Amino acid sequence: MTVIRIPPVLRATVGGAKQVDVVASTVGEALTALVERHPSLRDQLMTTDGALNRFVNVYLDGQDIRYLQELATPVAEHDSIIVLPAMAGG
Amino acid sequence: MPRTYAELLRAAREAVPEISPAEADLLRESSADVTIVDVREDSEWEQGHLPGALHISRSYVEQDIEAAVPDRDRPVVLYCAGGVRSLFAGQTLQTLGYTNVRSLAGGFQAWKSSGHAWTMPAVLSHEQKQRYSRHLLMPEVGAEGQAKLLAARVLLIGAGGLGSPAALYLAAAGVGTIGIVDFDIVDLSNLQRQVIHTTDRIGTKKVDSARLAIAALNPEVNVVAHEEMLTGENVERIIAGYDVILDGTDTFETRYTLNDAAVAAGIPVVHASVYRFEGQLTVFQPFEGPCYRCLYPTPPPPELAPGCSVAGVLGVVPGIMGMLQTNEVLKLILGIGDSLAGRLLLFDALDASFTELRLRRDPACPACSDAAVKARRAGRPLAVVAAGAVGPVGVGAVGADVPFVLQVRS
Repeated sequence: MTVIRIPPVLRATVGGAKQVDVVASTVGEALTALVERHPSLRDQLMTTDGALNRFVNVYLDGQDIRYLQELATPVAEHDSIIVLPAMAGG
Repeated sequence: MPRTYAELLRAAREAVPEISPAEADLLRESSADVTIVDVREDSEWEQGHLPGALHISRSYVEQDIEAAVPDRDRPVVLYCAGGVRSLFAGQTLQTLGYTNVRSLAGGFQAWKSSGHAWTMPAVLSHEQKQRYSRHLLMPEVGAEGQAKLLAARVLLIGAGGLGSPAALYLAAAGVGTIGIVDFDIVDLSNLQRQVIHTTDRIGTKKVDSARLAIAALNPEVNVVAHEEMLTGENVERIIAGYDVILDGTDTFETRYTLNDAAVAAGIPVVHASVYRFEGQLTVFQPFEGPCYRCLYPTPPPPELAPGCSVAGVLGVVPGIMGMLQTNEVLKLILGIGDSLAGRLLLFDALDASFTELRLRRDPACPACSDAAVKARRAGRPLAVVAAGAVGPVGVGAVGADVPFVLQVRS
């Protein structure tokens, strides 16, 4: 199981869950599994052609996937994915 | 068998080798592996000392030398005013097992009269010594560090949830000039977290309310009020001359505007943002670490990024994040510790947990990449913030070769 941590701003969309467990071999598969389970997340995370929205950062075990292999970055069991949109509040 | 002063001095001179000012200066210039210790009294030190010298009064030598010079084989040059007290201090060090101790012949007087460089130390007033005594006790701060704080200029963007605790602790720490950018007035709903303001100041300008609180806490702090909204037109003028900027604003537009100007001016920005029970914190150190656009190339649509006035926030969360920002600001001024540049710290109040993420510079960043610097110098910045550019309207990649741009100047 790979754990996807859901940011507070998206939790209402996933029924309040702080994290969602998925089975996946890449970050892209993990996010696809997430949005299949919670379809209303799709527009918030992804563009119409399935790429990540530019305002969402995804980290695999603390590293930005933009500097790994993006959505093709392999995930191992027990890896932790953090989905992190910018927040503005101050 | 009692001995005379002359006999004691002769014995000390035989035991401790002397070094001439010229030799000592050469040693100081050519090697970092020497510690110069001034053993005079505080009042003498304050009149000037050798560059880079440590100050340990002779009466504290036994107590303090081991912490200052842990390696007993390290070369140590001691000096006093005329070269006598440093000989006796040298004997003390030898008794403690120091193997390479020399005394500056003729002391500071001979040093000065032979034309070698010397510097004036930071001198604090009696009241400052009391007020900042807990800083002065720590060698990482000390009088030199406190002098840096007193000379520092810090700009707060916003005197709100993040800016309130920051302003109070910066003032308490003795940061000499605190600039505050805020055009808002104090509202009853602010007081749940904006602790620099008070109930009896509801309706007054936030910059005036903050100024009153700071003056009550530390009257020697100079408060510069910038009672205006930070925009692309005024940002360059407002941030000029500040050493560090603390970003406590609550809109994306202001954060991008600030980022682009701070990168261009080379001023570090200590960034934090909050949402309900969580916060994010990092340091944007221009060209050494990533900038805000490297982290977030474009802002989210408004429905994905509500501010505190829409989503709510646990009051203590901006308090904690504002204090962590202040910690970063103080470290930057003092030049101590490891800054959060290149690291994003996430705080979750409900879990009471911190998570650290690695950040990198985006080689295609429209604000801080080499190409962006060239374009800005040529008067054609790649990235500009268009008014109202916080939602999907007006946001997007424009042109294949300039990705991640909010708007491209036409």
